[in-house]
Amino acid sequence: MTPIVEFKDVRKRYGDGPVILDGIGFAAQRGDFITLIGPSGCGKSTILRLISGLSPLSGGQIVIDRAATSGGGEERAFVFQEPTLLPWLTAGRNVEVPMRLRGVNPALRDEMARRSLALVGLADRAGYYPMQLSGGQKMRVSIARALSVSPRILLLDEPFGALDEMTRDHLNEELLAIRQQQAWTAFFVTHSVSEAVFLSNRVFVLSSNPGRLHREVRIGLPYPRTEDTRLSAEYQRLVAEVSRVLRSVERLHA
Amino acid sequence: MKPRFARRLLPLATGVGVIALWYAVHFGLGEERRFLLPSPTDVVRAFGEKGPTLWSAALSTATGALAGFAAAVALSFVLAMFLSLSTLVRASFYPYLMILQMTPIIVIAPILILWVGPGLKSVMIITFLICFFPMVVNTTQGLISTDRNLVDFFRMCKATRLQEIFLLRVPAAMPYFFTGMRIAATLAPIGAIVGDFYAGNSAGGQGGLGFLTIIFSSQFQMGALFATAAVSCLLGFVFVGGVLLLSWLALHKWHDSFSRTDT
Repeated sequence: MTPIVEFKDVRKRYGDGPVILDGIGFAAQRGDFITLIGPSGCGKSTILRLISGLSPLSGGQIVIDRAATSGGGEERAFVFQEPTLLPWLTAGRNVEVPMRLRGVNPALRDEMARRSLALVGLADRAGYYPMQLSGGQKMRVSIARALSVSPRILLLDEPFGALDEMTRDHLNEELLAIRQQQAWTAFFVTHSVSEAVFLSNRVFVLSSNPGRLHREVRIGLPYPRTEDTRLSAEYQRLVAEVSRVLRSVERLHA
Repeated sequence: MKPRFARRLLPLATGVGVIALWYAVHFGLGEERRFLLPSPTDVVRAFGEKGPTLWSAALSTATGALAGFAAAVALSFVLAMFLSLSTLVRASFYPYLMILQMTPIIVIAPILILWVGPGLKSVMIITFLICFFPMVVNTTQGLISTDRNLVDFFRMCKATRLQEIFLLRVPAAMPYFFTGMRIAATLAPIGAIVGDFYAGNSAGGQGGLGFLTIIFSSQFQMGALFATAAVSCLLGFVFVGGVLLLSWLALHKWHDSFSRTDT
């Protein structure tokens, strides 16, 4: 099976700055949910930016569905740390923005936005402005916006980092539920070990200075995962294991 | 219940207090110096006597102020769009804008009169000059302060440069634009009155409030002077009120400054 995203000895530095990423190599298969975790400054978010094409490589190669990144290739969508909604547009209009930018006609746009908002459980909030929504709702709209273009690759950069734990757990479950209905490959950056284990089938632990792929932990828990997954012994064991790996990486730099 | 009642009553009480104090000073000044501070009754009487004159002067000043203000808003927007292009462009133009701003209107006015002649045209240009700078600075600041993440999001969506400007940067600059407009709105009537004071049309008799001030002060018509001051003040309120209304219409639905959950 051809990987959907493949990193070959990827290197990244900004200008003359320090090397952020060095010798990064992995192959992501279609349907993978890969979480990147590691100490701050290990270049987790940079990996997402590289996949998105927002930022050029300094060395190596990234192949996305057999094409080099610069050539566009598979549909990619980004969910940022902040909801990054346009405050002057309603939730519905915000979801439409990516389609509007590519000239999709208004009727179709409206229809797709509705469907996308329904997917995140906010069908009744289409007419609300971001100011009128809670933090969790804004993040949901942001996810709906990313999903509206039917991406094949979804890049999520600590999307739930600013939310309280209850909301975060809830949104984790929702995200997986949406994934049951849509086939996208996810790259997810987080600082939370439990979130990483709950969501992904593969957890990449990175070390920093420069960022390297330290170790991969496979998460064999079966999907669909629910609230009960968090209670299982296997889940607890994996959380402990990832925490241990993460601690060993952090000790390396202490 | 009690604080709300107090909040309504206190401003009223202050007003009554000020008027009482005003009368007290007026009568306390003694016979020969009393003319220096006309009583509120004198001012009201002056309104009655000079009503038509004040009205036409106010209309003339309002016209000059509005025209200069509108021109400043429109042209400043165009210039701000240009300035927002790059730091290099800003670096090469800002110093000269500063020079324009730093030169007092009192010095510019006589030059302008020689160039375009006295009258409404000079008043408009002076108002324009006084409103232009805060508008340009605020709008430019707004256009270049777009949230970095939103710009990234637009780039990620492969937005064109024009889409980025008109769908993102311009709407994001609106709160700044209206801040500039609020500042300019307080300056516009002042600019028009100052302009009129120096460049009002003395020959044609169709002067504005500034010109009227010269006439009344030369005739020691204190009541009329106070009435002119009141009209000028009212004109300022109308301008600011108009802009506040516009900015409310444009922003209240989405901008945090109008948030109802505000404490």
